[in-house]
Amino acid sequence: MPLQRQVRPGYSRLRGVPATMTAPLHEPTAEAAPSAAEEAAVANAEEKRQAVQGRSLGRIAWERLKRDKLALTGGVIVLVLIAIALLAPVITALVGQDPEVHHEDLIDPLFGTPVGSLGGISGDHLLGVEPVSGRDIFARIVYGARISLLVGFLSAVVAVVLGTILGVLAGFFGGWVDAAISRVMDGLLAFPQLLFIIALVSVMPNELLGLTGTGVRLFVMILVIGFFGWPYIGRVVRGQTLSLREREYVEAARSLGAGRFYILFKELLPNLIAPIIVYTTMMIPTNILTEAALSFLGVGVKPPTASWGQMLSSAIDYYKSDPMYMVIPGVAIFITVLAFNLFGDGVRDALDPKGSR
Amino acid sequence: MLAYLLRRLFAAAVMLVVIVMVVFSIFFLIPKWAGVDIATSFVGKQADPAAVRAVAEKLGLDDPIYAQVWEFFKGIFVGRTYAAGGDVTNCAAPCFGYSFRSEQAIWPVLTDRFPVTLGLALGAAVLWLLFGVAAGVLSALKRGTLWDRGAMIVALAGVSLPIYFTGMLSLAVFAFGLKWINAEYVPLADSFSGWLGGMILPWITLAFLYAAMYARITRATMMEILGEDYIRTARAKGLTEQVVIRKHAMRSTMTPILTMLGMDLGALIGGAILTETTFSLPGLGQAVLNAIRNQDLPVILGVTLITSLAVLIANLVVDVLYAVIDPRVRLA
Repeated sequence: MPLQRQVRPGYSRLRGVPATMTAPLHEPTAEAAPSAAEEAAVANAEEKRQAVQGRSLGRIAWERLKRDKLALTGGVIVLVLIAIALLAPVITALVGQDPEVHHEDLIDPLFGTPVGSLGGISGDHLLGVEPVSGRDIFARIVYGARISLLVGFLSAVVAVVLGTILGVLAGFFGGWVDAAISRVMDGLLAFPQLLFIIALVSVMPNELLGLTGTGVRLFVMILVIGFFGWPYIGRVVRGQTLSLREREYVEAARSLGAGRFYILFKELLPNLIAPIIVYTTMMIPTNILTEAALSFLGVGVKPPTASWGQMLSSAIDYYKSDPMYMVIPGVAIFITVLAFNLFGDGVRDALDPKGSR
Repeated sequence: MLAYLLRRLFAAAVMLVVIVMVVFSIFFLIPKWAGVDIATSFVGKQADPAAVRAVAEKLGLDDPIYAQVWEFFKGIFVGRTYAAGGDVTNCAAPCFGYSFRSEQAIWPVLTDRFPVTLGLALGAAVLWLLFGVAAGVLSALKRGTLWDRGAMIVALAGVSLPIYFTGMLSLAVFAFGLKWINAEYVPLADSFSGWLGGMILPWITLAFLYAAMYARITRATMMEILGEDYIRTARAKGLTEQVVIRKHAMRSTMTPILTMLGMDLGALIGGAILTETTFSLPGLGQAVLNAIRNQDLPVILGVTLITSLAVLIANLVVDVLYAVIDPRVRLA
């Protein structure tokens, strides 16, 4: 890749992505025309050889991913979590609990902690109840999954859309376009990000574009987290585009009279999909952690709406008297982020051109 | 080299101005657009309009943003005089203004809190570099063994745990449950052992997270480098494996590690908000979080400036060190 400028590997919310991911993932391979008149045995062998040659990138990746037990486990957990988030009202109705209903009768009036062992775990309250209010923790965890996944996914979408568009523009057009976009990316990466995310989310008014309260906070969190995430994707896409646009097949398309936009959409973008997928899967868990951190610091989702970070932040006052209250949302965050990370690592290895087929 | 440094310093200065302008915009333009008057929120909701006007005039809140940014920077270098009618306050350089809430000068607050954060970041950095890089290198060399798998599972768990959760767990277990340490922050000037006792849990918690990240990056980088031609050449010319690893592979592995270290350390020195909140350490991060909650603009500006400065300086140092470690990099 003579033209790919040295991209500094580095501070990223996407750590763990080896530089191999910046190498182009596949060259369009010319399909060898099958010869018509040949003996059966030869044709058979030929077919086998072609079956090996002709597998698409997606197919190779899927076959590698299938062999990776850890990644599959992560993927299954992710699917279960998505189902839990989508079916939250159904699940809580099945156990007969509501995330915002108080059960003050289950609270010790003297200490404010739940009666019973392990934070009030019982047949009715599968994971116990919260101190003081007595809200059902199981129902709050189930509803909290909605917030975590919503912010995690949508902010990744914002980052990917911005990062891909600006990264391709910078890499494809070069010149002052590249210089301007690259400066902005460098600048954003040098910003104290968490500080700015906290500041931006906390000054937002309570009503915005017809949304109120939690709606505004979610909307702003998604936009702001996504906005600070796009340079990570943009940098990779730019580097890839820079190297791809000088390839022979692009030159071939150009010499056949293809226009800029044809080359952009039909020749370049398909080859950028693999690194974009990898960076997206790596970005979702980081975004989930950022949302939890914001809610933990009290600038994200606020009670009574349930979110895991907010539960941990209320638990800080009870870590001595009711440790289960802290452990449950903490473990929920841990399992979710770990599942996404396992799956993301697997996807990365599966799409890595240097890996064994 | 000198030209390079000057150009980088100039870029850093421009970046600082941009950051201050962005902060001003966040805290002045957004509230204005949302219909909140800063002078009113400063004086209090029931304040009489005359007092509000006086505050606005004294603090220059009605001036355009660029004028306020200019006054702010001028204050840092030559000091600043606030005047409204007969009410005059002198603020000597370096003047970062006064807190809207406590009316204290900002500069002493910053110098007070800076050592706490610096101690936290440096102590943790030593731990995570030692353990993270060592674990990553060992894993890369023993690829596929039980050690490699074990270390990588621990590392993956480490990057998946929110730091405030591990912090609370360690407090509950070691400080409250086992009573091994007294996890209260004690200034270094008061008692060395007390300071050490208060910092040990934050250090380990913070270092665990970063060691996990560094171990993953080190392993991936090291494995890629071990496949390079020059490593094969080094082996082929008969160097012992130890020399190949130590002198040839390690050197290239350190380059991305160093980049990360610069950015991470810079960001942490500017305030480890989550760690400081969890362990109640009176550092810059805690100060800025409180300031954001109270919309205390001068404090936010002060800390943001220090943070950005730390990030920019750390990056500059890293880029210069680059050339020392990797002779292929030319500073130009």
